[in-house]
Order: sequence, then C-alpha cells, then structure tokens
Amino acid sequence: MGGVAGGRRAAGGSAVKGLLGIAGAVGMLALAGGGWMAINANDAQACEECKGKYQVGDKKSGYLYSTPETQAMQDDDFQNQGMLWVERGRALFTQVEGEAGKSCASCHEKPEKLRGAYPVYPKYDEKTKQLINIEQRINRCRTEQMKAKPWKWESDELLSMTALVGFVSRGMPVNVKVDGPAKPFFEKGKAFYFQRRGQLDMACKNCHIDNPGKMIRADLLSEGRAGGNFPVYRLKWQKLGSLHRRFRGCNKQVRAKPYKAGSPEYVNLELYVKWRSNGLPVEVPGVRR
Amino acid sequence: MSKVRIEMVDRREFLIIGGSAAAALAALSSGALAELKPDDEVGLLNKITKGAAPAEGKVKLEMPEIAENGATVPLKVSVDSPMTADDYCKSVTIIATKNPTAYVCNFQFTPDSGKAWASIRIRMATTQEVWAVAEMSDGKFYIGKTTVKVTIGGCGG
Amino acid sequence: MAKARVKVPKKAKKGEVITIKTLIKHKMQRATKDKKTGEPIPRNIIHTFEATFNGKTFFSSKWDTGVSANPYCAFTHKVQESGEYEFKWVDDKNETYTAKAKIEVA
Repeated sequence: MGGVAGGRRAAGGSAVKGLLGIAGAVGMLALAGGGWMAINANDAQACEECKGKYQVGDKKSGYLYSTPETQAMQDDDFQNQGMLWVERGRALFTQVEGEAGKSCASCHEKPEKLRGAYPVYPKYDEKTKQLINIEQRINRCRTEQMKAKPWKWESDELLSMTALVGFVSRGMPVNVKVDGPAKPFFEKGKAFYFQRRGQLDMACKNCHIDNPGKMIRADLLSEGRAGGNFPVYRLKWQKLGSLHRRFRGCNKQVRAKPYKAGSPEYVNLELYVKWRSNGLPVEVPGVRR
Repeated sequence: MSKVRIEMVDRREFLIIGGSAAAALAALSSGALAELKPDDEVGLLNKITKGAAPAEGKVKLEMPEIAENGATVPLKVSVDSPMTADDYCKSVTIIATKNPTAYVCNFQFTPDSGKAWASIRIRMATTQEVWAVAEMSDGKFYIGKTTVKVTIGGCGG
Repeated sequence: MAKARVKVPKKAKKGEVITIKTLIKHKMQRATKDKKTGEPIPRNIIHTFEATFNGKTFFSSKWDTGVSANPYCAFTHKVQESGEYEFKWVDDKNETYTAKAKIEVA
C-alpha cells in the first residue's frame, strides 16, 4: 500500500491510518510525499523574496504551495483576474443605494480609509453579541446606514466589495482577536476544525495540519492558512469566490453536508482559520488553482 | 496524415446501424476521410496551411509542463521574425489537439506589432499536445508544439 | 462600469517595442444546458479583440470557447509617435466593450 511516503509521522497516527483506509477502499485519496508537486514547492521556496513575504515563522501561505505560473498570475495586478472584482468594488463604493440616499463613500470617503479592517475580521460584535465577518459587516452597513438591501452571499457585488476591502489592506498582517468575548466562538471554530465529518470521516486538520506538503491525488496540500487571500480567484472556478464557498467545497469533498455560506458554523471556522494565518500578509485577491 | 475518430455507440444502436456500416466504410475509404469534422486538429491544420506541411522551428510555444487546473492554463507564443513591412509573421493559430473544439484562438500581427508575441490563457480538457501554427508574410507556415499535463485534482480539481 | 483593465506604459522612446496587457470580465460561456432546469444556455463568448493605435489596427485576435473566462491577453506594439490606443472586445450578443489609453513618445 502506497500512502504516506517520505517519513514524517503525523501526530495523529490514527488520522493518517484513517486516510489510508479510505484510499484503499474508495480509491479516491492517496497521499504521497515527493513527486513533481513537491518540486514545485521547492521552486517556490527557492524564491527568497517570496519566502520572506509569504512565510512568517513556520507559517506558509498557500501561495508557496502554488506553481510558479499561478504565483505569476497573482503577482502582477494586470494578470491577476481577481483585480477585475476589485475594480467593480471601486465602482460600487460610490454608488448611491437605499432609502438613506448614501453610498459607502458617504461615510468612508474612499476605500483606502478602510485599510486595517480586513485583517481583524471576523470580530465580536457588541451590538448583536455575535461574531461577524467582513461580508456581514459590509451588509450591515448597507442595511443600517444606507437602508439598502443586503447583497446576497457569493453575489458579484458582495465579492467585489469584499475584495476591495481586502485589497486596501494588502501587505498588512492578519490579526484576528480570539480572546475576550471572541473566545467561545473561537473554541467552536477550533472544535469544527478537529471534528471528523462526512462519509470519508475527515476533519479539516487531517489534511491541513497533519499532511501539508503531501499530495492528495494530484494536488499538493497546503497548510490551509487562508486568512489573507480570500476572496480568491480560483482557476477552477474561473471567477472570484469566498472563503465560505471554499469551506463548502472542502466539506463536500469529504462527503459531508456543507453548511450555508454565512452560517455561524462557518463564521466561527473562519475565525479559527484566520487565527492560523495571524501574522501572514493580506494578499487579496489571491490566485489559487 | 489523417485520423478517424471512433464514436462510442451502445450495442443496440450498433445493431440497428450495423446494416449501413458496410456502406459507411466504403464511403470512408473513398476519400471521405478528407471531410473531417472542422474542429478536428488535423483538418484544422490543413485548412490553415491549405494542405501544406508546416515546417518545425521559428515558433516558440511556452506553457507549463503541468497545469494546476485545466480551466486556466497560461500560454505564451513568439515567432522568430524581423517584423518588417516585407517580412513579418501575419498570424498564429492555437490548436488544442484533444479539446472538444480544437481551435482555440488566433492572433493577427502587423509589422507595427514590433514582435510576433502574444500571451493568453486557455481551457484544456485533458493532457494533450498544443500546437501554434504561424503564417508568415511570404506564405510559409511554421509550427511549434508543446505538451501540457492537466492534472485531475484531489480537492482542487 | 469598468469592465476591462488595460496596462500601457505612459511613456516610451521612439521605436521602442512595448508590452500591453489587457484583462476583461467575461464568462466566456460555452453553449450548455442548465444543470437544474435543463434549459439550453446559449454560447456567449467574446469572439473578437482588436487593438488600434491612432485609428490603425496593429493587433487583433479571434477567440473560441477554448479561451478561459475573464480573458487575459498581452501583446506588443512598436511605438513611433505619441497617440491613443483603443481596445475593443465584441461578444456573441454583439456587445462591444472598449478601453482607451494614451502614450507619449519622449
């Protein structure tokens, strides 16, 4: 049986065994060290400048798990297709909507004024006693300040505005707070991350903590430190997409029933994932395979 | 050189059409081979070059050896040409040999282009050879080829 | 609505060959059927791209369904004089998108 080559026994031995059992039975997943993708990872690491930018301590952004071609697409704003959404966000920023006759610009003047917002969300909200993420914050502005309808999750508008808000914080370190009133939400998110689910009986952790750098079929597993790059332009999607869309994808891959985008479960999970990215730079809009 | 595409038919259907198979075969052997689907790579190439065999060389086609996802594969093409008013590369056609529609795109250059160079991103259905066919102002054709492996992802795919 | 993004250097030397990068937001929809309703979705792709400088076309490109969504296209131009570029994309619904950019020859 093939399975985990290249040493490095994962801490959760049973987790790996679980994976292998599935690989054998379903023939769907196979983890293997080395191979061509590992070469790509080394190539990426060879770029010292990138390493400095996308690696902090032992935390590596998914950027370093992408091929040089994909990295090149992200690096140049005129090759990065995600920038089309940032542009749209700029157009929407000054668009007056709702009964209050306001636009985002009425309060925030220009997008750059929102620099620093993206890295600290999801954040505990005093008013609702809930944890809210950046998309929900944007929609809150719309319903409360502008008296306009909230944008639908994954709509072009919400993606565009989220991308813009992320974009103006580019380079800033992700910095979510997980103590104080955010703690219970963080704990729930963490529990989700470690909870096995779906027919394949896999937790987020089984891939992204136990096995980053190894292959899952033809893909190189990243550390899942996705706090700084979403919404992301995914080559597969051929469009920009939210982190919650990716969560749904991950959940479906392990044959679990996905939660709704914007659900409390996913916002809690987002906080945990973003905490794992604390210190890594904001890259929005990231480009991934 | 031409190539015949074999379509999968289910057995029952095959039995029904079986009777006319002989006739179809006869038709194939009598020059019907030339009438390939217009999106067939060989037919397409012949259409571009008007039957002439393109020479190898001059065309440099750059694509990743392995594409992370077939939906968006970067492509760069350049043709060695002085790009002067009387000696330039007129066009380059990109053919993805195993795509459902082999014809992908075509670039039209002029001497004002300065270089016969272009970059684009293409969709690739599967691992395959990609061709770039250049037409020069003197009527000659050149071809450049490269093979791209398209991976089927574990989670990314 | 700003749909296209174009990068052209602001200045160039006479005779310099510059690189121009273009991006446009478009689904490049292939003819297919709606997964749920089975309703046919007609093809709608950008089929033609054209770049002109001071009214003269110097580069153009024909696209089919094999071109990725939100098409990126880069190409070159030999700059001889100051002037204006115009870029034009046309799709199956006959919608035309345009973008302009100026360049100064030092």
